[in-house]
Amino acid sequence: MGGAALAVGCTGHNQGDWDFLNDEQARTLTAICDQIVPADDFPSASQAGVLTYIDRQLARHYRRHRNAYRDGLSSADAMSWQRHGRDMAALSAPQQAQMVAAIEKENSAFFNLVRSHTLEGYYGAPRHGGNRDAVSWRMVGMGEPPVRGRAQYDERKGAAS
Amino acid sequence: MKKVNAVVVGAGAAGGIVAKELSTAGLSVVLLERGRWYTANDCRKDDLRNQRTTVLGNAFGPDDEGNPRVVWDPQTGPRTLLPSEGGYQNNAACVGGGTLSYGAMAWRYMPQDFRMRSIYGAPAGSSLEDWPITYDDLEPWYEKAEYEIGISGDYSGSPFFGPRKRPLPMPPLAPNREFQILEPAAKRLGLHPFHIPMARNSVPYNGRGPCMRCRWCVGFACEVDAKNGSQNTVIPTALATGNCELRTECMAKEILTDDRGRARGVAYFDADGRLQEQPCDIVIVSACAIESARLLLNSKSRLFPNGIGNRHDQVGRHLQGHHYTGAVGFFDFDTYDDVGPGASIAVADYNHGTPGLCGGGALCNEFIRLPIQMIDRLPVNTPRWGLAHKKAMRSFYKRNIAVMGPTQPIPMADARITLDPAVRDKWGMQVARISGNVHPHTFEIGIVQAQRSEAWLKEAGAVSTVVNAGRPTTVSAGQHQAGTCRMGNDPQGSVVNRNCQVHDVDNLFVIDGSVHVTNGGFNPALTIMAIAYFASDSLVRNWNATGFRS
Repeated sequence: MGGAALAVGCTGHNQGDWDFLNDEQARTLTAICDQIVPADDFPSASQAGVLTYIDRQLARHYRRHRNAYRDGLSSADAMSWQRHGRDMAALSAPQQAQMVAAIEKENSAFFNLVRSHTLEGYYGAPRHGGNRDAVSWRMVGMGEPPVRGRAQYDERKGAAS
Repeated sequence: MKKVNAVVVGAGAAGGIVAKELSTAGLSVVLLERGRWYTANDCRKDDLRNQRTTVLGNAFGPDDEGNPRVVWDPQTGPRTLLPSEGGYQNNAACVGGGTLSYGAMAWRYMPQDFRMRSIYGAPAGSSLEDWPITYDDLEPWYEKAEYEIGISGDYSGSPFFGPRKRPLPMPPLAPNREFQILEPAAKRLGLHPFHIPMARNSVPYNGRGPCMRCRWCVGFACEVDAKNGSQNTVIPTALATGNCELRTECMAKEILTDDRGRARGVAYFDADGRLQEQPCDIVIVSACAIESARLLLNSKSRLFPNGIGNRHDQVGRHLQGHHYTGAVGFFDFDTYDDVGPGASIAVADYNHGTPGLCGGGALCNEFIRLPIQMIDRLPVNTPRWGLAHKKAMRSFYKRNIAVMGPTQPIPMADARITLDPAVRDKWGMQVARISGNVHPHTFEIGIVQAQRSEAWLKEAGAVSTVVNAGRPTTVSAGQHQAGTCRMGNDPQGSVVNRNCQVHDVDNLFVIDGSVHVTNGGFNPALTIMAIAYFASDSLVRNWNATGFRS
């Protein structure tokens, strides 16, 4: 069991304890997620809180995917050691992109899971920990809801499920 | 428990209407609902947890805990699925049923939709049939549904629908930008565009205000209660009579019978999981096509060893829903104006009359796509991840229109609900197993419909398009599920008669989408409602104050 480990110093992450991931898993997952949604004028996946989203759900609604993450992340690092002699998180961005393409090809079930969860975290409702400050919604040009302040659940602050 | 006149199982589109009609006629009614009663305050506008995008669960039931179903996929064999997983064919489990969170398209079927076999002949291997009732039989009840539930829209642009006596009670919402782009294009193609009929207030109606045109509509409860379902119309009316008691979080277990084979009550698990028996004179099953069939199949006794109403192995068969096809067009100008609900314009030119095709379907523009719903609907050759995917999201989110529609399904007898021999729910009851598919001709119709969608988008100025017309390996039932307790005159080939009365149990009725013989090329909600009024009317007329005259 990974349990809750401190996530101090994790790339783009300053949320404190993880609910499920350990620090090493979080670093590897950050590398993968940030290739799925890289930074440009708008934040990368991890900068927008996608790891918080995934970690929270692995302790809640996605408990059934825990083994897939444990196995997938450790095999990603094993592949990285085999090819580059170091952890995935320590690779250059182009090397990480190649690694993610390889994971997509060789471990497509795991890749598809992480891709779905990353895009959910990035483009979904901010209340679940991703899409920080509704950044992806602003990116695509979606304005604030037409009637603000009416809903009792503000999408930026409401409790997660 | 004190005996009542009627128990209605399921407080959805049909069950709410039946409860209202019976209770206003003076019958005592218990309305059982397995889910909870949500209000407008429960509308959380959660993009990841609603009834359309369910990755974090269903907002309005059923819960993922303890409510599995089994789907028999020819490619993978049996799979046990959670309610929030695709393939489960979920509708909802709450007061209002699907009508709490639906998109609320509220169509009348066309006269031809009730006479499919006579018009087209049955494709080989299909179970295509005519209904035992006609459009004319239902017309007054369509009108009643339109006025009591509250429908806005305007059919006047389309010459293809059956005759009607009164216009819709509310005008359509003002056209959004997609409507303005698509309408002239449709006219240039010689089509007849019109305003989609919707169970949504466009003006104050029934004591509630109009739609505020937000983007969280289909899949969500309405924050301002402007979307009309049974939960905010007929069910409150039923309760106000004093004759109807609504019991929520009560899961029906079986229909109880006496030694002569008549229904005598319903056994159910209450909110605390205790088994209860509610005695009654008549039982109405309105649990939606999959669960209604399951309840009948689970109601076994000495006289009905294979389930009540199932003497001729018809319960659960002819499962259908709608196979959706269409296209997404990408534009070099903004098509998105953030004016909900989004879906606004339709053509019904293609529902019937194409040589070689057994029907067709309506084509409409889609509801507003939230960003999460766009991630796999980008132009051809867009990479699935990386900077190019992110840039495509940015470039096309506000520059696309989706046109799609429900294809008239051609039913098959072996598309069906049975009881899974192994998997049980949290109450220990056997769960529904879904197997089979609609007739392959359905997919041929769907391909043509997708091409027509693409042509409409191109005429409207789309610079590129993606065509969506698949061949799913299992039946797409979901929120449009229908057909499992078919209505017919022949007791050997159907489950209920034209009045929704089970052939060999005269005080047992199935009133919901289950009785649909075919499912039209339209969303089925208004037809389910019209049938509920039609069947309730005959039920009340045959009620003699102490019992039911068979």
